[in-house]
Amino acid sequence: MTRTLRIALVLGLLTGLSLSLAQVRLTYWQYEFGTKVALIDELIEEFNAANPDIIVEQETFPFDAYPQRVAAATAAGQGPDVVNLFYGWTAAWRRAGYIEPLPQQYFDHEWIESYFVPMVGGVKFGGEYYGLPTAVRALALFYNKDQFQEVGLDPDAPPQTWAEFVEMAQALTIARGPLFTRIGYGPGGQDHHLIRTVLTNQLGTPPYSADNREVLYGGEIGAEALRVWTDWQLVDRIGELEFVPGGSGYRIGFMNEGNISMIIDGSFAIAQIRNAAEFEWGVAELPTFDNGVRANYGSFWMNSLTPRAYENEARLEAAARFTRFLTQEDVMLRWLDAVGELPASANLVADPELLTDPVFGPFIAGLAYAEATPFVDELAQRNTMINAYNRVLLEGMDPAASIAIAAQEDQALLDEFAD
Amino acid sequence: MSVKQPIRPSRSRLSLTQREAVYAYVFLAVPLLFFAVIRFYPAIQSLRLSTFTWHVDPARRTFIGLQYYEELLRNDVFHQALINTLLYAVITVPVSIALGLGIAILLQAVAKGRGVFRAIYFAPYITPAVAIAWVWGWMYNVNFGIFNRIIIEWWEFVERIGLPWLAIEPQRFLRDPEVALPAVAVVIIWQQLGFQVVIFLAGLQGIPRVYYEAARIDGANPWQLFRHITFPLLNPVLVFATVITTINALQLFDQIVNINFTNQGGPLNRTLSIALYMYQEAFGRARMGYAAAVTVVLFLIILIITLIQLRLTQRRVEY
Repeated sequence: MTRTLRIALVLGLLTGLSLSLAQVRLTYWQYEFGTKVALIDELIEEFNAANPDIIVEQETFPFDAYPQRVAAATAAGQGPDVVNLFYGWTAAWRRAGYIEPLPQQYFDHEWIESYFVPMVGGVKFGGEYYGLPTAVRALALFYNKDQFQEVGLDPDAPPQTWAEFVEMAQALTIARGPLFTRIGYGPGGQDHHLIRTVLTNQLGTPPYSADNREVLYGGEIGAEALRVWTDWQLVDRIGELEFVPGGSGYRIGFMNEGNISMIIDGSFAIAQIRNAAEFEWGVAELPTFDNGVRANYGSFWMNSLTPRAYENEARLEAAARFTRFLTQEDVMLRWLDAVGELPASANLVADPELLTDPVFGPFIAGLAYAEATPFVDELAQRNTMINAYNRVLLEGMDPAASIAIAAQEDQALLDEFAD
Repeated sequence: MSVKQPIRPSRSRLSLTQREAVYAYVFLAVPLLFFAVIRFYPAIQSLRLSTFTWHVDPARRTFIGLQYYEELLRNDVFHQALINTLLYAVITVPVSIALGLGIAILLQAVAKGRGVFRAIYFAPYITPAVAIAWVWGWMYNVNFGIFNRIIIEWWEFVERIGLPWLAIEPQRFLRDPEVALPAVAVVIIWQQLGFQVVIFLAGLQGIPRVYYEAARIDGANPWQLFRHITFPLLNPVLVFATVITTINALQLFDQIVNINFTNQGGPLNRTLSIALYMYQEAFGRARMGYAAAVTVVLFLIILIITLIQLRLTQRRVEY
C-alpha cells in the first residue's frame, strides 16, 4: 500500500472513531400505540439523518406496564433520556424524580408560552416546565349516523343540549327486559373527566381553584353535575357503565359491535374509529345545558427529560434538540394526519381550515375553551371520582352526599401535595 | 513375625457420613447464595425503603421512620384491601380443598379414563390467569355475559308463557359491591381445582390398600373409612395444600387486575387485594416507600398465618 493511502486510511479511521465517540446515543420511551410508534420511528430516522452526531432509539412498552417500566428502569439507571408521559402524571413523576425540569437555556419560557396552547401551563411546577407535547386532545361526541337515520333522527343534526342528547339516546336505546341490546350513550373511561371538568364548568364552577389548592366541586354545583350524569343511567336509562367489558369497551361497542350509538371520547380515538367503523359516523361538539355555557376537558401526552439526560452537557443538548424537534409545526401536522391528535401549537390550532373539517372541527372548537385539569395525583383523583359515581350507581347514595365525600378525599390529596 | 497393620482409611478427621454431608453442603451453598441474593437482599432493601420517602436519587430520599406504617393503620382503602384479602383466603381455601379432595376421592374410584379426567380438571390450572380473568369478566358481563343471557332467555320465555313470577332477575355480578368478591373467588377456586385434585390423587394413591381391606373386614362404612383412614393419612398432603393455597390467596393479583379492567380493585375497592393495592401505590402513584411498607405488612401476615397453620396441622400419623 502506498504511503498516502496508509495515511488516508488512518485519518479515515480516526475520524470515524472520533465521530462515533462524539455521537450521543439517546433512548426515547413511549407506550405502544400503533400509529404513534410508527410515526415516531419515521421521525427518528429523519432526525438521525439530519443530526449525525446523535443517534436516537425508540423503545416501547404496553400501556399497562409503562409506568412500571419507567419506574424500575430509571431507578436502576437504565432508563430513557427522553420519556413520553401523560401530563397528569407530572406531579407524581416529578416527586419521584423520574423527570427533570426542561433546561431554560434550551427551552425559553417566553417561547413556550407564546408557541404552545395555554393548557401546557398545567405542567409548570415550581416555576419550571416539565415537558412539552407534540399534540393535544379534547373531547367530543361521536355518534352513529346510520343508527340515527334508523330511528328517524336527522343524522346531520347531533344533539346541541343535554336535554336533546337524552331524548335522542332514549330513541336509540333498545331494551331487552331489564337489560339492553343497544344503548344510546356508552359511558366510559373519559366520563370522570366529563363530570369533574366539563359538567361542573358548564354549571358554573371550575373543579379546582386557580391556585389548585382548593376543591370547588363539593357543593351544590358538583352535586348537580353528578346527579345529571348518574340520572342518565338510573333514571333516563340511556346507557350503562361497562356495557362492553374492558378499558376501551365503550369505544369497541361503538365502532366494532354497533351496540353503542354515541360515545364521548378524545381525539385520540379518531384514527381507530376511522379504521374500524363500517358505518357512517359523525363528530359533534359536546352539548351544553340550556345556559349555553361551553366547556371541555383537554389533555396531552408530552415529552420530558429524565435524570439520565442530565449526565453531561453534550447529552443534555442532544436530548433538548430531539425534544424540540418533536415540537416542530410540520411534525404536529403529520401527527394530526397519522394519529388524529390536534396540534399543540397555538398558531396551527387557529387555522380556519381545520375548524371546518367535519371530524377535527368539533375538537378544535372544543380546544378553544378546554381546560387541562391540573392533577396532583392522577390515579388517586381519578379513583375519587369513579368511587363517587359508583356510590350513586351501585349503592344508591344521594349525589350530594357522594360528591361531598369525593371532594373531601380530593382536598386531602391537594393538601398532601401542597406540603 | 510382624503383625499385619490394618489398612488405615485416609487421614481425615471426618467419618464417611460426615464427609458426604460436607459435599452436600458445598453443593447446596451455591444455590443458597443465589437464593439469598435474589430473595433476601431485595426483601431487606424493601424494609429499608419503607422508612424513606421515594426518589430515584438515593441522596434525595428523606428518612421518615415508621410514618408510612402509621399511615397504613389509618388508611381506609388499606383496611378494605386487608379485609378483602382475608376474605379471599377464608373463601377460597376451604372450598377448593374440600372440592379438590371430594373430586380426587371420586376419581380414585374410577378405573378407566382417570388420566383424561385429571387432565380436564388440571387444564384451568395451566391456563394463563390473564386469559381466564378476561373470559370470566365477559361471562359475568351484565348485558352480554353467558349467565345473564341464560337468565334473560328464561325471563322472556316465562313472560311468553304467562308465568312472569318465575323469572329470575339478571345479576350484576362484578358491578355489585357485595357480590363482586365472591364472584372473583369463584374464578380462583375454579382455576385452582385442578391443582388440588392432582395432589390429592397422588396422596390418596400413597395410602396402602390393606388398611381399607382390614377396616372393611371389621365392618367400617365409607364415612368411617374416610374419617379414620383417608383423612389422617392424607395429613401431609392436606397441610401442603392448605399452606400453598393460603399463601396464593393472600397474594392474589393477576385475576383481580384483569377481571375488572376499567375499575381494578372492583367497584368501590371491594375486590381490591393487598398485592393490587401495593401495585397501585408503587406504580400508579409513584409512592415506592409506602408500597414497600405494604409489602412488609403483607409478608408479616403471610408469615404469621403460615406458622399458625403449620402449628395446628403438624402431626405425624402412622399405623
